[in-house]
Amino acid sequence: MSESTYRIQGETGEWEVVIGLEVHAQVTSNAKLFSGAATAFGAEPNSQVSLIDAAMPGMLPTPNQECIRQAVRTGMAIGAVINKWSRFDRKNYFYADLPQGYQISQLFHPLVGEGQIEISLDDKDPEANVKTIGIERIHVEQDAGKLMHDQHPTRSYVDLNRAGVALMEIVSKPDMRSPQEAGAYLSKLRAILRYVGSCDGNMDQGSMRADVNVSVRKPGAEFGTRTETKNVNSVRFVMQTVEIEARRQVEVLEAGGKIVQETRLFDPDKGETRSMRSKEDAHDYRYFPDPDLLPLELDDAFLEECRASLPELPDAKRRRYEQALGLSAYNAATLTADADTARWFEALLAEGARIQKKGEQEVARASANWLLSDLYGALNRLNKDLDTSPVSPEQGAELLALAADGTLSGPLAKQVFEIMLETGDAAGKIVEERGLKQTSDTGAIEAVIAEILAKNPGQLEQYRGGKEALFGFFVGQTMKAMAGKANPAVVNELLKKALAG
Amino acid sequence: MTEITDLGVAALRDGVRAGTFSAREVADAFIVKVSKAKALNAFIVETPEHALAAAAAADEALARGEALKPLAGVPIGMKDLFATKGVQTTAASHMLEGFKPVYESTVSQKLWDAGAGMLGKLNLDQFAMGSSNETSYFGNVISPWRRGGGDNAPLAPGGSSGGSSAAISARLVPGATGTDTGGSIRQPAAFTGISGIKPTYGRCSRWGVVAFASSLDQAGPMARDVKDCAILLENMVGFDPKDSTSLNLPVPKWEELLSGDLKGKKIGIPKEYRLDGTPEEILKLWDQGIAWVKDAGAEVVEVSLPHTKYALPTYYIIAPAEASSNLARYDGVRYGLRELADGQNLQEMYAATRAAGFGPEVQRRILIGTYVLSAGFYDAYFTQASKVRTLIAQDFENAFTLCDLLLTPTAPSAAFALGEKSADPLAMYLNDVFTVPASLAGLPAMSVPAGLDSAGLPLGLQIIGKPLDEQGVLGAGLAIEQRAGFTARPEQWW
Repeated sequence: MSESTYRIQGETGEWEVVIGLEVHAQVTSNAKLFSGAATAFGAEPNSQVSLIDAAMPGMLPTPNQECIRQAVRTGMAIGAVINKWSRFDRKNYFYADLPQGYQISQLFHPLVGEGQIEISLDDKDPEANVKTIGIERIHVEQDAGKLMHDQHPTRSYVDLNRAGVALMEIVSKPDMRSPQEAGAYLSKLRAILRYVGSCDGNMDQGSMRADVNVSVRKPGAEFGTRTETKNVNSVRFVMQTVEIEARRQVEVLEAGGKIVQETRLFDPDKGETRSMRSKEDAHDYRYFPDPDLLPLELDDAFLEECRASLPELPDAKRRRYEQALGLSAYNAATLTADADTARWFEALLAEGARIQKKGEQEVARASANWLLSDLYGALNRLNKDLDTSPVSPEQGAELLALAADGTLSGPLAKQVFEIMLETGDAAGKIVEERGLKQTSDTGAIEAVIAEILAKNPGQLEQYRGGKEALFGFFVGQTMKAMAGKANPAVVNELLKKALAG
Repeated sequence: MTEITDLGVAALRDGVRAGTFSAREVADAFIVKVSKAKALNAFIVETPEHALAAAAAADEALARGEALKPLAGVPIGMKDLFATKGVQTTAASHMLEGFKPVYESTVSQKLWDAGAGMLGKLNLDQFAMGSSNETSYFGNVISPWRRGGGDNAPLAPGGSSGGSSAAISARLVPGATGTDTGGSIRQPAAFTGISGIKPTYGRCSRWGVVAFASSLDQAGPMARDVKDCAILLENMVGFDPKDSTSLNLPVPKWEELLSGDLKGKKIGIPKEYRLDGTPEEILKLWDQGIAWVKDAGAEVVEVSLPHTKYALPTYYIIAPAEASSNLARYDGVRYGLRELADGQNLQEMYAATRAAGFGPEVQRRILIGTYVLSAGFYDAYFTQASKVRTLIAQDFENAFTLCDLLLTPTAPSAAFALGEKSADPLAMYLNDVFTVPASLAGLPAMSVPAGLDSAGLPLGLQIIGKPLDEQGVLGAGLAIEQRAGFTARPEQWW
């Protein structure tokens, strides 16, 4: 564990930044937290609203077990205390996007207690600079609807599709000390949520967003007064918010001012945070236990099922990739940073081992290198990602197998891969149809070499006179003459012999 | 010959089954009665077509030789707190005037599924807040009862289920639904000389019932006698997955097992219910009740419920607190009343809508509830009240180690005149003093008519049971009913 050295240089000296994040993560579930309504993103306004979501008279909430299960699994994934007894509270306030006039949340008795997340602050070596960030709690609550201000010149419209959707509020301790740490924490949290499958982590669709609590202090001093910047919706914006808000606070303090505990908004276009409301205007939410809902009591069988259903998590997977598969620390970290990447890699690995009849550890390095350089390079170029990749893991494994058994040379493999990207055809089919097979036929190679030597007497003389650097020239000529299909090792060997005379 | 409308639920059901009269004749008879009783203002909406359709279904089933449903041929009144699909549901408020739900409450649906028909939606105190029916936006219900001796002052039918109690005692309906949050079934039953039972909290689904105080609200039947209550109750209760607080238990056979034999039963008399200032007549009636249950074979023991005196203040913290939150949804945004003048913003719309849509008593309770939940007062009021509520429930648990049932008066007075208490909310709240403790503890409790006071007005006795012991409550109620021989009925003046 390391101490952050991130400091803001003010006129009165260095300032330390203290950061805590409250992350709202939409629970992956077909139905809302307390109603059966659907939760798909991007549906027509008010097409996913039940009588309960619209708070019609006499309607009652009933908890959706799947939402509870996902929150519990998330808690388990961060090593947190799962509270077998928790309770829902009402947070009362009036707003047009809140049909009940209260949000059902958990203030007094959250579902998940303390846990922690390890963040890595060194890209090259994930174990070199690791910091543990404490999680205070996770509770589940309802999302609100959305006001639409652009539908009518003088009126606002309300879309209740999101109203009642289940959110997990994941509250960190004030353990972060730099924008980098805040960014690493949010990225890691998102990775864990995606591994667990409890949230899709799509910040651009609003299914994950962060309230950023920032304060500054002289290193080692007491915590300063914090501000809370609401609904920041990307990792980059969270890092910017921390930096901008911390600098603002330092300026205020150094000018002799005081930080007001308040809610702020981040404006990415202007690169500033703005006051939304101060503590004085803060709502009195009148929290009290929701009398429509019984306390949530979880039994051991339920908890056991939650635990058993957890997948291998990113840190464990990364270590296994390094230790059991022999991957470099960097590759292991890159492949496991995201659940989708790891899933793709493991499919590639499994298929490769199967068709090559080898252990996974034997095909792991080549698979990792190909995925991270060749495939990622191509996808970047094509503006695609793994989800939309024109080449499947099975097709990738076939290509790698053809390279491994000598059917394809390195350059040939690259050529075949390009054709795969264009056509979507399988590597074997391309090799077959286009005759791209590598040859180790010594007779054919020897004939070509003899021809090359005959055509280039000057170079041959120089080589034999001691200019051995010309070896590469002869290799190039030979390969070119054979359209790249000659086995390079065989070419090298035969050339050496022929050149030696 | 007895008029059809003098018959109760059981007699109507049995008469239709036996072919003594048709369901149509029954429906017609009650529809006429309802239409001629406008002076009582018991109904907000009349729905003769609903009652006739149910009657037709019953008569057709009988003609086909099919087995009749449990309530086939029985038309009832529906308190206008239950959402009824396509039929205006107002909670007696301006806020919901004209509101027609697209859904049917679980309890009313069960009654229709059992073959009952609806004569109309019954008036009540606005959002079920009140003990006299004077807070209804649609005008107060007038009790069919009058004091003797030429005193024609209009009397309160009790509340909040005052439309139900008035309609039953005036023979406009043989039975009706009520809801009880702090006594809203039992007190109006006592005021009008009928029976009513609030079952154990969780027996009746609250789904589709306009919420007042969620942890206390419980539906129940009101009818002219105990057996009719048992029959109706059987067709109202049952597990509902749409209500998280619904009890997942089979429906007991209360009617079949109904017995007024109290041999082997111990009945507790809580000494704290002997309040100073309780009229002598009520104390005398209570003593009479004790004698009756002894006569039915019960052993009577004195018990103590030491926290009784805190029940009323506790109730008037918890119920308004929950109500202040439950009624937040009436904001003018999605349904119901909207008051929005040109150029007004959202906050102004809220204020104008809620000022116009809620009557003074509802506003008072929202303000009380908001206050007791607010920062700085929460612990002193709401937390403290929640603790006291637990103590009150423990009082009952302790008492029930010594006895099976409790016997008390239902209300501290007979029906009062309209206007007599409406200026003094505290005097009005005191009317709930005997009914509120059982509500706070979620216990089954019923009121049965036991006698008349010197002015000729009905008085009721209350039986409180252990959780889920509706059978015991109904049995003791029947024992009293059999001995009280209560046959008094209001003389028709309307």
